[in-house]
Amino acid sequence: MSKLNLNKTWNYAAATESTNHILLKEKYDLFINGEFVKSNSKKYFDTINPATDEVIAKISEANKKDIDLAVKSAKIAFRRWSKLKAKERGKYIFRIARMIQERAKEFAVIESMDGGKPIRESRDVDIPLAANHFFYYAGWADKLEYAFPNKTPKPLGVAGQIIPWNFPLLMAAWKIAPAIACGNTVVLKPAETTSLTALKLAEIIQESGLPKGVVNIVTGAGNTGAEIVNHPDIDKIAFTGSTNVGKLIQKSISGTKKKSTLELGGKGANIIFEDAAIDQAVEGIVNAIFFNQGHVCCAGSRLFVQESVANVVIEKLKDRMSSLIVGNPLDKNTDIGAINSKEQLATINKYIKIGQEEGGEIYQSKCSISKKGNWCPPTLFLNVSQSHTIVQEEIFGPVLAIQTFRTIDEVIEKANNTPFGLSAGVWTEKGSKIFKLTQELNAGVVWANTYNKFDPTSPFGGFKESGFGREGGLHGLKAYLKFE
Amino acid sequence: MSFPDLLKIPKIDKLGVQEIVNRFCKRSIKTSAKKHGLHLALSMIDLTTLEGKDTTDKVRRLCYKASHLHNSLQGLPNVAAVCVYPTLVRVAKKELEGTKINVASVATAFPSGQSTLDVKLSDTKFAVNEGADEVDMVISRGKFLAGEYNFVYDEIAAVKEACGKAHLKVILETGELDTLDNVRKASDIAIYAGADFIKTSTGKISPAATMPVTFVMLNAIKDYYKKTGIKIGMKPAGGISTAKIALQYLVMLNETLGYDWMNKDLFRFGASSLANDVLMQLQKQESGYYQSLDYFSKD
Repeated sequence: MSKLNLNKTWNYAAATESTNHILLKEKYDLFINGEFVKSNSKKYFDTINPATDEVIAKISEANKKDIDLAVKSAKIAFRRWSKLKAKERGKYIFRIARMIQERAKEFAVIESMDGGKPIRESRDVDIPLAANHFFYYAGWADKLEYAFPNKTPKPLGVAGQIIPWNFPLLMAAWKIAPAIACGNTVVLKPAETTSLTALKLAEIIQESGLPKGVVNIVTGAGNTGAEIVNHPDIDKIAFTGSTNVGKLIQKSISGTKKKSTLELGGKGANIIFEDAAIDQAVEGIVNAIFFNQGHVCCAGSRLFVQESVANVVIEKLKDRMSSLIVGNPLDKNTDIGAINSKEQLATINKYIKIGQEEGGEIYQSKCSISKKGNWCPPTLFLNVSQSHTIVQEEIFGPVLAIQTFRTIDEVIEKANNTPFGLSAGVWTEKGSKIFKLTQELNAGVVWANTYNKFDPTSPFGGFKESGFGREGGLHGLKAYLKFE
Repeated sequence: MSFPDLLKIPKIDKLGVQEIVNRFCKRSIKTSAKKHGLHLALSMIDLTTLEGKDTTDKVRRLCYKASHLHNSLQGLPNVAAVCVYPTLVRVAKKELEGTKINVASVATAFPSGQSTLDVKLSDTKFAVNEGADEVDMVISRGKFLAGEYNFVYDEIAAVKEACGKAHLKVILETGELDTLDNVRKASDIAIYAGADFIKTSTGKISPAATMPVTFVMLNAIKDYYKKTGIKIGMKPAGGISTAKIALQYLVMLNETLGYDWMNKDLFRFGASSLANDVLMQLQKQESGYYQSLDYFSKD
């Protein structure tokens, strides 16, 4: 097979997004009862740009007392917010959506600075989708009786929401929008490495005139999260994050009346049949595993290729990987940005090492990587099986484990042979095959001939250890309502 | 040369193609990369006039323009070729004597291809005898759509033979092929039958060249190269009227086939108005401001 010369190339000059237009404070306090207030802990921690190791701002650490205040303000606000005319609730949410759109560029730049994701993604995916979630649930606010006819839907009360670092603003939108549309009030904690866009959202919420206490945003790490989970006046916990923490949360709230939805880890199977449109499937593999540096719970991290096309697919995938640009997240041409934190990079590197020790054949694309910051080149593993650690455990990085299969039953069995059940992808030109797989795969989302596509109207959530409850669509409302 | 295995031709997912094309279009090409890209684009242009009302004078003017693109800018490349009808090849050839610019001629009952093989072959031979360095032929779309792939293959092979030393570009006229699957199939047939270049369109049918169509053809070229080591050229034609679009095509080329293809021997733009827009952008790169279009000669 002749090799393409994709290493010598037309180098695109730097096209860096400007940071002149963004407004960032040096220190961020807690957003409680409509005001930014200093924490009782008096402690601050740094939020770091993972591409440069520079400190961007200092973030306040909330302790038990702060959580008490936040929950109290949410509880008081609930009395009026839940009684407010639903139409009025909707108006506030629409306003927040529009304000996010107006400041989309600023949000995109901060998201990329704070989290390391390429500006192409924060600009085209994260921020527009976040605005769309607010728009979508704003529309439902006064139509809940129609969404659930004859069921008299009622809000739950105060929702404690804990979100991850992979899609900071988007996850905040997924959580806040349906909660307040249904008449609940919120105490939300962003992840400690990526608090900035949630705090910028707090500024928007303040400007929007949303009644005080309806949304409270508190920052901190695991301990702060635990205070929210264990607070007696919280009526509902919505968590997105790792399966381990999800299990801890379930233990802590067992025996209480707290309701919960958990969206946890995944190890998505991406299945390529020989009758698929191969070139587009290869692009789909790239989107499935390298999108957001692989920091995606529904990432297609296990690739199954039908034996007859395996060589072709792998060869084409390697070619495609060599044209992916790894680098400065703020460069508009960057395809793959920085790994979110030093800790996460260590985790990924640990798995890459395990993969090699267990006999996997590694392939990494060549790319020049800056000394500062956290970087991981796109990585493939061949010669691995269901028994390999890197096939079984969630890595949450740009690392793909490739296996081949012969028959459809074989691939269904392998795809389902995992404790997770969040997502899967199926690539074939044959409709009947798609329907067979969507029936038989134990996954909350199955994409056909595409991957990692999100929409506010479409429910998202997992089976098995990937969690329970759905976010998005009508199902997403249900998680924030009780029916009398 | 052999007939391609139609069973092994990959299927094309239109939405998937559109998605990656959108991604190419979002590349941001600035400063030095832009200048390099614009120079490349200029050097790849086949300056074209294919009208019933073409005169010898018009062809002469076009040839002069081809070798004197814009005197006020230093270090500009020439365009790759001038493309005309067979009857005007001799004029162009004479005018371009001493330059490295090729003369390309359309042939084979261009643009419809609705004629017999004899006529097509003598049309081709006439163009070559008049001095054409390159021949742009059209395939029989009617036969292709009727599923008579062998007919299309044989015809291309026969024209290739008639071309002798002249380079053969095979126009698929993708605007009439309806689906991307057909575009891919026609690309493979043309490549296996002996095309040196595959070309999207005659420019007489709308839509002419589009990025999705070109992307599918580039992938056909890629797969053939991987299999045989032979490099086939690509020529999108029609509709590429601005420097911005041309740069997007070059991004697609760069990231699909790599730098080896980024020269006039393996990539061409069939265009008439593209050159002036590229010149205007280059002028802007030099001086920092846009000049009026009146400063660029229209021939």
